[in-house]
Amino acid sequence: MSRIKNKIVLVLLLIPIWIVVYKYLQEISDFIVFRIFQMPPEKHLTETLRFFIYEVPKVIMLLVLIIFFVGIIRTYFSPEKTRKALEGKSLFAGNVMASLLGIVTPFCSCSAIPLFLGFVEAGIPLGVTFSFLIAAPMINEVALVLLIGLFGWKVALIYVLTGLTIAIMAGFILEKLKLTRYVADWVYKTHSKQTLEEEESMTFNQRISAGGEVVKEIVGKIWIYILLGIAVGAGAHGFVPDEYLAGALGSQNWYSVPLAILVGIPLYSNAAGIIPIVSVLIEKGVTLGTALAFMMSVIGLSLPEIIILKKVLKWQLIGVFVGVVALGIVIVGLIFNYIIFI
Amino acid sequence: MINIMEIKVLGTGCARCKSLEKVTTKAVGELNLDVTVVKVEDIQKIMEYAVMRTPALVINEKVVLSGQVPKVNELKEILTNNL
Repeated sequence: MSRIKNKIVLVLLLIPIWIVVYKYLQEISDFIVFRIFQMPPEKHLTETLRFFIYEVPKVIMLLVLIIFFVGIIRTYFSPEKTRKALEGKSLFAGNVMASLLGIVTPFCSCSAIPLFLGFVEAGIPLGVTFSFLIAAPMINEVALVLLIGLFGWKVALIYVLTGLTIAIMAGFILEKLKLTRYVADWVYKTHSKQTLEEEESMTFNQRISAGGEVVKEIVGKIWIYILLGIAVGAGAHGFVPDEYLAGALGSQNWYSVPLAILVGIPLYSNAAGIIPIVSVLIEKGVTLGTALAFMMSVIGLSLPEIIILKKVLKWQLIGVFVGVVALGIVIVGLIFNYIIFI
Repeated sequence: MINIMEIKVLGTGCARCKSLEKVTTKAVGELNLDVTVVKVEDIQKIMEYAVMRTPALVINEKVVLSGQVPKVNELKEILTNNL
């Protein structure tokens, strides 16, 4: 019993410390740059270093906090439970639910195939399954953290809402197109020999540990991308003139959004590496819609995932899948560029 | 009592699947178990076990883990419990 209390107490103690450090981060970074390094203000190199020393701890701190809590929330969800929740849902409601569950259900793109097959076997419609498979990678906690950290919560919220809309609508349209015949033939012949037993429920103490484990795993894997991404960002912040990119990608050229998506699909990066770069794109004159479209296509539509899906889907279906999602991203990008100005 | 154990690691070849295989081999070695660890990479075979997350661990045809890579000590416990 005493150990259970210890862990909760530890978390409750660490949170205020986190808040205080986070609040004074700019002061701390200024102190390091101007007092310890004695760098002259208003110089390119100073600005670059100041940006770097401020952004890296800020983003890492946000990551640790949000991934920790998302990790705890995720212990309440599993693909098995999600599948059960989606069974027998009507089409549109199913798409909405699948997209929402896509955000909170633990998912790794290497598990995309077993998950896809598990859903199909349970009789969940193809379109509903796609809603899940679109939402799960596109709306992830790392993207959310970086968007809050670098653009503020409004942009983060817009990202979640537009991502959800794309997942819901694309899944709905894919179902309406009746593409079941383009699923690889063996998929519908697979039947599992056994059913899994119900999982044991966890104690809250175990959930906290699980949250900690997820933090270690994810931050351990992506810190290097964040460092690189912010380093590139910091370099551009200090040395590339503002509005440098405004000509080709910034002005309301209609082709800037599709171009950003075409460039984005073959690029394989996680949210951690791409978002600091996107933040610089915006600073240098790229409009928000174009930048969001670029980011969504990089993390939502990736070549490795398409190659994985090739095992269960025929190329016609993959083509339609990529096409529908890309179209959704184009529409979102154009809406932001033309209608909403932040 | 002699226990005939068969351990299968189910995974399509992702990084976490490889680390589960490594942890399993290590745990088996430390417990001095006379079993073979088989890696199952064929997705259709994997699906027969109804797992929705890889990697998964199967002991004597029973799924004991899916979607996670435990530490060696935790895995040793799982192995002993499923003897």
